[in-house]
Amino acid sequence: MRRYLTPFLFLGPASLLILLFFFTPVVATLLLSFTDLATTTFRHPSWVGLANYRDLFADPFLKKILANTARYVGLTLAFNVGMGLLLALVTSLVPENWGDPFRALWLLPRILPPVVYVFIWQGMLAEAPMGLVSDLLGVSKNWLVETPWVAVILANGFVGASFGMLIFTSAIRAIPRELFYAAAVDGATTLQTIRRVVIPMLAWPILFVTAYQTLSLLTSFEYILLLTDGGPGFYGTEVWSLHAYHLALSNYFGNVEFGLGAAMAAVLVVIGVVVSLFYLKIFNFRALVTEPKIEV
Amino acid sequence: MPLLPRNWPLWLVVLFLITLPIGAGILWLVLTALYNQVHGLVPMGKLAPQNWRFLFEGSVGGRPSIWVALKNSAVFAAAVATLEVLIASMAAYAISRMKFPLRTPYLGMILTLHAFPAVSLLIAIYYILRLLGLFDTLIGVILVKASLDLPLGIWLMKGFFDQLSWDMEMAALVDGASRWTVFWRVALPLVRPGILALGTFALLSAWGEFILPFTFIVSAKSWTLALYMQSFMKEAFVDYGLMAAVGLFYALPVFLLFLFGQRYLLNIYSGGVKG
Repeated sequence: MRRYLTPFLFLGPASLLILLFFFTPVVATLLLSFTDLATTTFRHPSWVGLANYRDLFADPFLKKILANTARYVGLTLAFNVGMGLLLALVTSLVPENWGDPFRALWLLPRILPPVVYVFIWQGMLAEAPMGLVSDLLGVSKNWLVETPWVAVILANGFVGASFGMLIFTSAIRAIPRELFYAAAVDGATTLQTIRRVVIPMLAWPILFVTAYQTLSLLTSFEYILLLTDGGPGFYGTEVWSLHAYHLALSNYFGNVEFGLGAAMAAVLVVIGVVVSLFYLKIFNFRALVTEPKIEV
Repeated sequence: MPLLPRNWPLWLVVLFLITLPIGAGILWLVLTALYNQVHGLVPMGKLAPQNWRFLFEGSVGGRPSIWVALKNSAVFAAAVATLEVLIASMAAYAISRMKFPLRTPYLGMILTLHAFPAVSLLIAIYYILRLLGLFDTLIGVILVKASLDLPLGIWLMKGFFDQLSWDMEMAALVDGASRWTVFWRVALPLVRPGILALGTFALLSAWGEFILPFTFIVSAKSWTLALYMQSFMKEAFVDYGLMAAVGLFYALPVFLLFLFGQRYLLNIYSGGVKG
């Protein structure tokens, strides 16, 4: 056993934190979802079995929240992948010293603090005189209230597009040059080269980005929380993950329903565990796990 | 693409047009922070130093001073980055260099957690922090943030250690150095690019972090800049000039890094960072 002492010491801190903030929360989410934990019962929750799940499916707003979630994930995903692809292609069609600064510019929405980023959206969509959109359209309205979905999808999309852009760019760079020469010799136009040579080579990266972002969009709610907080009106843009958060941690009605929120989160956690294990399988895990270099 | 089309300036125009909203957004923020009034992107009236009054007045509308929030944000970002780089490097070194039981499942777990959406755990983490007595403390949020980004860090650093030739480490081991000395004195200095990349990524990510402090911090004395700025968003009357100035102040380190390290940033974010 002594010979394994060193690796265990090196892995100790990481393992402890992972145990504390990944494994325990997964178990805790599932356990809490079977209790009636709420503000009034925080010190003495009792076991209620599947009651939270029953309440969840009996909720008359469940349909609306599911529809919102599908709309948010579907449309943002389409924007992310489509825009990421467009950006990767177009930045590859101009000289490098032009392409790189533009790619960097598209990273800005991702690296700006979300609070600042969302404030810019709110300001640009506000009424005249501040709002740029009102100014350009000549109609002074709060466009965040008029068209909340456009705002939610674009704000998330401008952040998400850079992920696909970077992955697709490196995939395009990895395409053997001979293919482009061959296409040029055959007299293919730029668009034909893109359609017949580049896109087929990007099939796998596109699948990867789509799979990866579906999971992260399904559970992410930070930008919606800041932008509309689920509004306007009653559950205008409330999605599943945000609703779980609202129920458990910031209920308007005073009494937080922790157990019910945990039940909603538990659904996401189970999806997350299953889907990420599935990714591990399809994205060729064996090839990534090589034997260690030094053995003493 | 290796073959530059003859009509590439046309594509440059397309690129320019689709990037316009980002440019407009940044310009709007800067102009709104500097001027008294802005119509869309056209400044009206005079420069408005009063937008920046939060820097000189002790508190704006009963909030803590921005310098308190700045200090909290700096401590938060620095602590998260230091913890993450150190702990991830140690774990990655063990995975890359040593043999131990369950090594393959361990690596599989790290990879799975890297894809796993950690935000779905927020509700349970809230409960755990309360049990540990770390709720509403900066230390609690630092630990949570560093932990949630750990799988990414370990994966990234493992890649850097794997690329390293182990001749030097072997020589040091033969000379009788301990594994820790080899890690600290030989291996770590050699993966400096990795440390810089992960460190920058962690700093940026922690600097902008909103949802964790928002959920786990209540007391205004522990507010970070994200919470300070967000507290203005909830007000009925929005002072756009003041908020834009606060936002610009808050985002300044990010803008500076962007201006001076574009190529570097692209490298970091191409290195398999989460979407």
